[in-house]
Amino acid sequence: MLHNYQSRDELVAFLKQKSIEVRKKIIQLVVTAGGGHVGGGLSMTEILLTMYWHILDIDPKNPKKPDRDRLILSKGHGGIGICPVLADVGYYEESLMNDFNQYMSPFGMHPDMNKVPGIDMSTGSLGHGLSVCVGLANGARLKNEKWRTFCILGDGECNEGSVWEAAMSAAHYKLGNVTAIIDRNRLMIDGPTAEIMSIEPLEDKWKAFGFDTKVINGHDYNELLDTFENLPGPDSDKPVCVICNTTKGRGVSFMENEVKWHYGGLDEESEKQAVSDIEKLSL
Amino acid sequence: MAGGLSYTIEDLNDLTQGQVFGKTLCDIGREDPTIVCLTADLAKSTKIGTFFNEFPERSFNMGIAEQNMISAAAGMALAGLKPYIATFACFASMRACEQVRTDLCYPNLNVTVIGTHSGLSMGNGGTTHHATEDLAIMRSFANMTVTVPADGIETARIIEASAKHKGPLYMRIGRGFEPPAYDSTDYDFELGKAITMREGASATIIACGMCVREAMEAAEDFAEETEDGKSGRPDIRVVNMHTIKPIDKDAIIKSAQETGTIITVEEHNIIGGLGGAVAEVLMDAGVHCKFKRLGIPDCFSVIGYPEDLYYHYKIDREGIYGTVCELLGIESFADDDDDE
Repeated sequence: MLHNYQSRDELVAFLKQKSIEVRKKIIQLVVTAGGGHVGGGLSMTEILLTMYWHILDIDPKNPKKPDRDRLILSKGHGGIGICPVLADVGYYEESLMNDFNQYMSPFGMHPDMNKVPGIDMSTGSLGHGLSVCVGLANGARLKNEKWRTFCILGDGECNEGSVWEAAMSAAHYKLGNVTAIIDRNRLMIDGPTAEIMSIEPLEDKWKAFGFDTKVINGHDYNELLDTFENLPGPDSDKPVCVICNTTKGRGVSFMENEVKWHYGGLDEESEKQAVSDIEKLSL
Repeated sequence: MAGGLSYTIEDLNDLTQGQVFGKTLCDIGREDPTIVCLTADLAKSTKIGTFFNEFPERSFNMGIAEQNMISAAAGMALAGLKPYIATFACFASMRACEQVRTDLCYPNLNVTVIGTHSGLSMGNGGTTHHATEDLAIMRSFANMTVTVPADGIETARIIEASAKHKGPLYMRIGRGFEPPAYDSTDYDFELGKAITMREGASATIIACGMCVREAMEAAEDFAEETEDGKSGRPDIRVVNMHTIKPIDKDAIIKSAQETGTIITVEEHNIIGGLGGAVAEVLMDAGVHCKFKRLGIPDCFSVIGYPEDLYYHYKIDREGIYGTVCELLGIESFADDDDDE
């Protein structure tokens, strides 16, 4: 954990304040970039802040520390959601993102592990990340190392067959050091997941593939902390899947649960509105 | 593969090129404890099973799920291991194409992919199992090194070289029944450096894989022993282009300038593989010469015994010989020789 705190309440208050700052930064990056995957960036803010500030064993001053925990953002289009968090915990100066997604910028819509410190794998094409975690976790086991691997997947991403190839193999190799986190925001580019390609019963599917599962509110820090602070040890023999129910576009009134805000740009007025909405998020 | 075909699983399990590959993997695996091996239900057929038997704890059978296997290998490389993957060339290059490109090549990870049963070597195993596109696909990925050993000896050379290689490497091997292309194991091998198997001034055959041996035999067919060493027959240079990428530009340009004629021979579509790569080098260099690509002429290959397919697509000794004659505008010497 990177933040010292006296009590759970103090930690939650700290993280809540961070959610506001990071969401405002996401809005600013959308403006800088001229557009971005804002909906799915805003839906996973609490998940990412919980992981990077509190759960992951990492050292932002030594991003390649060999025994660090790994987090693979399999929903790679969340670059605009994760890059401000990595800056926030100290991997790099926030000002480095001033040319976010511009010509030759190291920071783009889909993060590149060879350009962005703290990114453990280059992602962007869906359905790859959990497989990479299976390889990492098998590697950790082979080397008798205790670090964990986490994978954040989109719910629409679970349409990809390779996700289930990965799930099958994680259970087969008894990889209790793998945790899949689903950002269940219920929307994909073309519409609601229930209409475009039904994925329910999602929890049953992960259970049937051999995962221990839990369904939580992905915006509630107490639920996130309770879940991730109490994961079975990395030597346990069952991978874990945490389905986080979230709201796409969380915090911005005109974006919440709106299909069209999977990707979009902001004019001056809508930017102001977005920032004002975020500042009103309950602390 | 369905029953009733001339290849049985037992035949596939008897691959000599594959056996060399499996044995060499074990050799380097004893030296380097970070080497791990993966396959997708083809441990026996690809011979990577040799490593599986010796190092079970470093071996991962990922089931019939090639996409997951490639990405998992990327994860193992990220964990500090050195993965080797073996599956049929058609699956390595096409079923898991994007995983190879995005998870191995884009982050530039140290992973070696071995595509076995490449080209037409699956014979009457069927067109689905032929791999006549893999070189074109793999060659188009930035960071990827693409290799085609001519025989078992060279297979071992490439595996040895791969142990020190940085970045992703693809090696395609055949079924392994081909006779060796080299007479001796004593030759210098370096990735990216073509090997002149036979000197000659009249034309150059640039070949890879099993076609190297066929090209050598075709070239020998032109040679005639005479007391003064001057037969008046064309003498044919043979270049073994075991590394398709990065390709040995100097060897290609020099051969074009010195012999004026180049014939490329490969067990692959004439588009995008060795022939395409050689043509690109010549055009870029502004070097003009007589030129012909032998290979699969942009069609889905028919089925049959591999030898019959090599004949059908003119990539065997006879087909190469005839093509050289056509290009040089000469009659075959075969009839003369028969009269002797």
